[in-house]
Amino acid sequence: MAKKTLRTLLGASLLAAASLVQAEDTRVVAITQIVEHPALDAAHQGVKDELAEHGYIDGENLRLMHESAQGNSAIATQIARKFVGESPDVIVAIATPSAQTVAAAARKTPVVFSAVTDPVAAKLVKSWEAPGANITGVSDMLPIEKHIDLLQRVLPDAKRIGTVYNPGEANAVALIELLEERLAARGLELVKGAATKTSEVLGAARSLVGKADAIYLTTDNTVISAAEAVVSVGERSDIPVFAADTATVARGAVAALGFDYYKHGRQTGAMVVRILEGAETATMPVETMEELDLFVNPAAGERMGITLSEDVIKDAKEVVNSDK
Amino acid sequence: MLSEIAFYGALETGLIYGLVAFGIYLSFRVLDFPDLTVDGSFPLGAAVAAVLIISGWNPWLATGMAVLAGMAAGAVTAILNVKLNILNLLASILTMIALYSVNLRIMGRPNLALLTEDTVLTPWYDIEFLEFHQVSVVLFAIVVAISLILLWRFMKSETGLAMRATGANARMARAQGIATGGMIIFGVALSNGLVGLAGALFAQSQGAADVTMGVGVIVIGLASLIGGEAVITPSSVMRALIACVIGAIIYRLAIAFALNADVLGLQAQDLNLITAVLVTLAIVLPGVRTNLTNRFSRKKA
Repeated sequence: MAKKTLRTLLGASLLAAASLVQAEDTRVVAITQIVEHPALDAAHQGVKDELAEHGYIDGENLRLMHESAQGNSAIATQIARKFVGESPDVIVAIATPSAQTVAAAARKTPVVFSAVTDPVAAKLVKSWEAPGANITGVSDMLPIEKHIDLLQRVLPDAKRIGTVYNPGEANAVALIELLEERLAARGLELVKGAATKTSEVLGAARSLVGKADAIYLTTDNTVISAAEAVVSVGERSDIPVFAADTATVARGAVAALGFDYYKHGRQTGAMVVRILEGAETATMPVETMEELDLFVNPAAGERMGITLSEDVIKDAKEVVNSDK
Repeated sequence: MLSEIAFYGALETGLIYGLVAFGIYLSFRVLDFPDLTVDGSFPLGAAVAAVLIISGWNPWLATGMAVLAGMAAGAVTAILNVKLNILNLLASILTMIALYSVNLRIMGRPNLALLTEDTVLTPWYDIEFLEFHQVSVVLFAIVVAISLILLWRFMKSETGLAMRATGANARMARAQGIATGGMIIFGVALSNGLVGLAGALFAQSQGAADVTMGVGVIVIGLASLIGGEAVITPSSVMRALIACVIGAIIYRLAIAFALNADVLGLQAQDLNLITAVLVTLAIVLPGVRTNLTNRFSRKKA
């Protein structure tokens, strides 16, 4: 009985506190991030800047909280509890582990995730189209279809697409499975070379010679660390190398259609703004990156035996000319 | 200052780390075996429990299997030490790094979500008089209390006494006819079984098992153990075990306050450093005190 009274009292005081906040017209957004890391930091900055651009200024009409768990999941859990306990208007969770801890703690508070590759597999949402509960967000899943489009635009006759990947990297394996399925749908074949360590990347790339018309690299950490090895094979054997991330273009890939995490954060921020203005998370589909930047490297193309057409170069946001 | 949910969150994580501290008490204090296996056996427990729960096992059975997996990991470390004569610290580091690959194999991917699965917590959510955020605290308090009583009774048993003798003075213990090698293997296994249990419960309460979740478990467990001993003098086994739980909860409350102490300029980013400083102080200060007392009494004499 006494407990019930206490709870009612607590609820009432919380309500009072909430209405107080409402009266001052201050909105509260809490951002939790699993670890500091250039890509995730850029996403965090993007969220902040997008909010500011829509007139939500920290310290004026917005209280912005930010915590990083420094890679420690027990602290991530406590940050999640802290944020849920303060019942902000929106909790932004950057990267999968942070998003899961918030999802486990928050029953009603709207949550927007960022830099989560597969939110369905992470069990954050029921489906990409209709999340169904208090959680939605922006995924950093690679736009595989658009990457294949680019590949076909540059090399319309390529039939066999080679790739190098690490079978021990779960995200990479998931991407390779998706890639194989999407290529097959267009009548293209995927030729795989496996490398479990960076030192094996060169050998795996060589195994593709004679079997592939082009090489496409996903964001596999092992392979990207040794991207130069793949590029050297491409140059020696006239096999154009395409990448999924723009940074690899400066390292000698012909072209890449990628996104940057700052813009990823901006898109996340835009979802937060929509929720602050009354949108319901349950009906907001999970978004993927809309804005993609084309980076090309015509000099690398020449070394791999192709000439990039003028209209492809014209569409590029950045033209890199790496020389050897 | 601290919201109700943040407070219960600190209690919950503290209780889980109380189990870790039990394990570290067994290895570091009872057996005098510096064991870093826990950074691997914590996510191992999480991984085993998550995989089994997802494949439809009863969550309590899955948690039990996590305990067995943790025990196996501890046994490997101890066998490397006892049978192959590898230095204890190195043996535990070897098992720890091996467990990273093993955990990836078990899970098949770096992160396994449990958010929509039935866990040991699920049936408790329907209980009328418990709020959502109180459930895990009540349940974990029961688990910790049971573990504490079982451990206490074990330590008073003949085997427990033999284990304590092994840690205190192995040569003397051998002279008394105790198979010290077996005691070390069993003790380190038991220690990591407790850590595996903690990992399994942690994964179920935070909604996922992740290969990276073992990072720093050893340091936080040690900080809990040492902090608890500073508050409650571990003059008996019971007091030592209670100190483990209290220490773990104090550590978590300190973090919860630090997360709220924006005024002090403290942020989560600083916590690793603060933990390291506190553990160092807690280890060094008692020695300094003894030194001072010695010098003082020598002067007097």
